[in-house]
Amino acid sequence: MIVKLFFGIVGLAIAPFLGGLISGLDRRITARMQSRFGPPVLQPFYDVLKLLGKTPSAVNAWLILCSYFALMSSAFAVFLFFYQADLLLIFFVMTVGAVFQVMGALSVNSPFSQTGAQRELLQMLAYEPLLIIVFIGIALKTGSFSIESVYAQESPLLYSMPLLFIALGVALTIKLRKSPFDISASHHGHQEIVRGVLTEYTGPQLAMLEIAHWLDVVLILGLCSLFWATSWVGMLILIVITYFVEMLIDNITARLTWKWMLERVLLPSMVLCILNLLWLYALK
Amino acid sequence: MKFDLKKWIRTGSLKSPWVLHFDCGSCNGCDIETLACLTPVHDVERFGIINVGNPKHADVLLVSGTVNHRNKVVLKNLYDQMAHPKAVIALGACGLNGGIFHDAYNVVGGVDKVIPVDVYVPGCPPKPEAIIDAVVVALGKLKGMLENEDAPGAGEKQADAERDKAANA
Repeated sequence: MIVKLFFGIVGLAIAPFLGGLISGLDRRITARMQSRFGPPVLQPFYDVLKLLGKTPSAVNAWLILCSYFALMSSAFAVFLFFYQADLLLIFFVMTVGAVFQVMGALSVNSPFSQTGAQRELLQMLAYEPLLIIVFIGIALKTGSFSIESVYAQESPLLYSMPLLFIALGVALTIKLRKSPFDISASHHGHQEIVRGVLTEYTGPQLAMLEIAHWLDVVLILGLCSLFWATSWVGMLILIVITYFVEMLIDNITARLTWKWMLERVLLPSMVLCILNLLWLYALK
Repeated sequence: MKFDLKKWIRTGSLKSPWVLHFDCGSCNGCDIETLACLTPVHDVERFGIINVGNPKHADVLLVSGTVNHRNKVVLKNLYDQMAHPKAVIALGACGLNGGIFHDAYNVVGGVDKVIPVDVYVPGCPPKPEAIIDAVVVALGKLKGMLENEDAPGAGEKQADAERDKAANA
């Protein structure tokens, strides 16, 4: 119990730095893929420090409250992950943060913010069922929703749930707002819906959401690592490969519409999930 | 070693200037040169510069073209929506004083007729190198502003406020 608490607190302390570094490496490698030199690896930290120093200029109290809640729930979800808690609990805590971020964006009149918020809701509609089904798959295999039981497995989960891992990869791409699912915040084309869901968050609030995003990245990569929970090296290799593929997809695809996301991505991924669930059920 | 958050924030502010580019009735010559800075040849992202579309996220306002009676309100609005600390760069002959359009009936003049300008970049159009240099100079000014912020009787912040007041009048 004490050991788990220790893991949780240490994990939560390291996660923001890890997330920032991943984000910095991501920007650097993305730049190299586009034959540019790219920013320093520490660039995301400079950005967040700068944003923290800007004069606060939120247009209403909701934006401030929502950014705090989004950060807190992301942090709590990461803590629960390292605490090896229940997967469903982690899922619900993570969702609360995402919902608060959308609520903040909906609390202002800006059309860009409103559009971004609606699109973010659609993205949630796409990735949440996938995550839930992945968790159900883990529970079918291990007999429990607890992360502890995943670590108790003797062979990697990837062998018995490869299709669910692909679905988790899709959910990861949507959650990370990477192209082609970059529809709520238009990360690469800043001008298109002027950062959509993030339009009205400024200065310190934007910094908090950025940190929350780093924590989400760590959490989802952590969930990916559960698929090779038998060895540290395997876990690391799996995460590195997964993230590299994410970056590759980010760079070779254009942004697509939410309809395309729901019809061509969510439905096939659901089919993959259900096939994998049936297979797990048959093996039992 | 003392943990000094203010110093860290200052470092961050100087290493991540997000630029808002506003075409204030330019012929697009300056705008093309500005966008050339983002290409792999010049790649301003290596200095942490990002071309953002949202004044609320921006640190540096890059204005090209003459100001006319129609868009002076828009320009003022964009400037007001940017959070402190911020800097303004006027681009090209038209941004400086109206250029060849200076005596047209609908033209107010250079950018500094409406908002306070920190750096002027001459040229028709200026080279991308000159534009990147302007952002660096603006960062130098910003640095002075940030360092003087907590010095006793510091003028810069106050001067900034006064500048704003004058611009509002």
